[in-house]
Amino acid sequence: MSILSMTKTLFKSIVHGPYTENYPAKPRENYERTRGSIENDIEDCIFCGMCTRQCPTGALEIDKGEKRWSIERMQCIQCGYCVNVCPKKCLHMRNQYTAPDTEKVKDDYVARISDH
Amino acid sequence: MDEQKIKEISPDEILIETVDLHSAGYRLVAISCTGKDGVELSYSFDKDYDFIHLRVNMDYDTEIESITPIYGYAFLYENEIKELFGVKIKNIIADFHDKLYRISEEAPFKEKEEE
Amino acid sequence: MGKRTVVPFGPQHPVLPEPIHLDLVLEDEKVIEAIPQIGYVHRGLEKLVDKKDFKQFTYVSERICGICSFMHGAGYCMSVESIMGIEVPERAVFLRTIWAELSRIHSHLLWLGLTADAFGFESLFMHTWRLREQVLDLFEQTTGGRLIFSVCDIGGVRKDITPEMLDKIVSVVTNMDKELRDVTSVFLNDSTVKHRTVGIGLLSKEKALELGAVGPMAKASGIRRDMRTQGYCAYKYLEFEPITAEEGDSYARMQVRIGEIFQAIDLIKQCIEKLPEGDIITKIKGNPKGEHFTRVEQPRGEALYYVKANGTKFLDRFRVRTPTFANVPALLEILKDCDLADVPILILTIDPCISCTER
Repeated sequence: MSILSMTKTLFKSIVHGPYTENYPAKPRENYERTRGSIENDIEDCIFCGMCTRQCPTGALEIDKGEKRWSIERMQCIQCGYCVNVCPKKCLHMRNQYTAPDTEKVKDDYVARISDH
Repeated sequence: MDEQKIKEISPDEILIETVDLHSAGYRLVAISCTGKDGVELSYSFDKDYDFIHLRVNMDYDTEIESITPIYGYAFLYENEIKELFGVKIKNIIADFHDKLYRISEEAPFKEKEEE
Repeated sequence: MGKRTVVPFGPQHPVLPEPIHLDLVLEDEKVIEAIPQIGYVHRGLEKLVDKKDFKQFTYVSERICGICSFMHGAGYCMSVESIMGIEVPERAVFLRTIWAELSRIHSHLLWLGLTADAFGFESLFMHTWRLREQVLDLFEQTTGGRLIFSVCDIGGVRKDITPEMLDKIVSVVTNMDKELRDVTSVFLNDSTVKHRTVGIGLLSKEKALELGAVGPMAKASGIRRDMRTQGYCAYKYLEFEPITAEEGDSYARMQVRIGEIFQAIDLIKQCIEKLPEGDIITKIKGNPKGEHFTRVEQPRGEALYYVKANGTKFLDRFRVRTPTFANVPALLEILKDCDLADVPILILTIDPCISCTER
């Protein structure tokens, strides 16, 4: 009768073993396209401010004089819009996530100010 | 793509038009409101994929009749519009008296007068 | 007549995935009336069009809800594209359809799992969610996000699916088809499941029409209404028939959703077979001016998107009417005269998505 309809699936699971992974011991591998966090090749950046104007959450900030580009990690939603609009293509989407934290993290990228 | 069939009517005609549509077997899809330059209400109806809209343009002070006596389930839309836009809709059956969302701000979607 | 009692149900309750509050008026164990109270997740996202320009708003619209995310983004983009008269490349249209149908599988599996959990069938819940995980992995490999994809853009899509990945999607959904037959047969045949669903929450065809029910809720009552037959996206090139059932009870709604999962698998295969080569995005120029109503068929039913633009980069109005919003009156109807013990199942049976409802 139909009360045993689950049996087949259950036996399969017993043979197969757990479908889950032993997480903290075996870290999960991200895929190539995983939208993890934004990275900036700061030496290529021209500080045009395109990304800061387009960012939907206002997580980005630049300082042209000091050649500083900064990102509020917890505010960023990883939509990748800044990567799209960047004219120099110096922004990248990394497939590693920002580590969880109890405080808001702000990352600064400062370019070396060239001597000439 | 759906063709856009919008029919402009005045606020007093809403009940008559809705009754006509109801008896023709149309169902109410949604009531949408736009709060820029006065109130613009769009009543969308559908019957066998025939998608039509009634458009009412009025100002914030005009009162409009509720269509809940004809389409009972319009009460959610009308309460929403009343609460978010501050549009005056009268005689709603199941009126929540601006307590549907229970937001702290009064009519947050209403266009604020510029200071 | 017994004494009347009012029992508050929600906003927090083990079966509710999201907060909604109902005041249940009871007479002994029978529900006489239910009064809804929403607003726990009202964020006023529609108002954000004043602050975010129409391109940025694509990402806001995707975040209306985590489950129907892709269709919200696509619905918004389709509205703006119609206003601006943009021709979306064929390949992008097909890719959107593939993602939309994968979303349907993931949404329905989520719902099946939650339902199993609602009537206390824990292992079945685990198994449906195990299958759903494969779809989420496909999403992450193709778009980079597991729930919120950020691939839909005005004018097309931002990421292409490689041929290898397309083969993988086919093999994953084909395997899943087999496993799904086992799992869904439990839903359809098990006597304990039937005991909780057959004849519970009857919604007649007349009532469904009268209350404006949409999606599986209406389809299970014998209303053959599916926006996909209108041929938006790539559906005009695909062969399919809306799935309906006649009984109008919770079991019929489950049948419809299970049928839609298998239909979605078939549609994905058709899409991948017919996928044309070419560009995936058209460049857009200028700002939209005009208004447009778009309707799409989400996993939960018909959703309406209304965009009104004034020629600047900020829109005048963006409005979504989500399927759950339309199904709330139907929910209130089926709650009448039911047993208190059936209330959790009946609330789940409309597939409530409260974030969508309140925006």
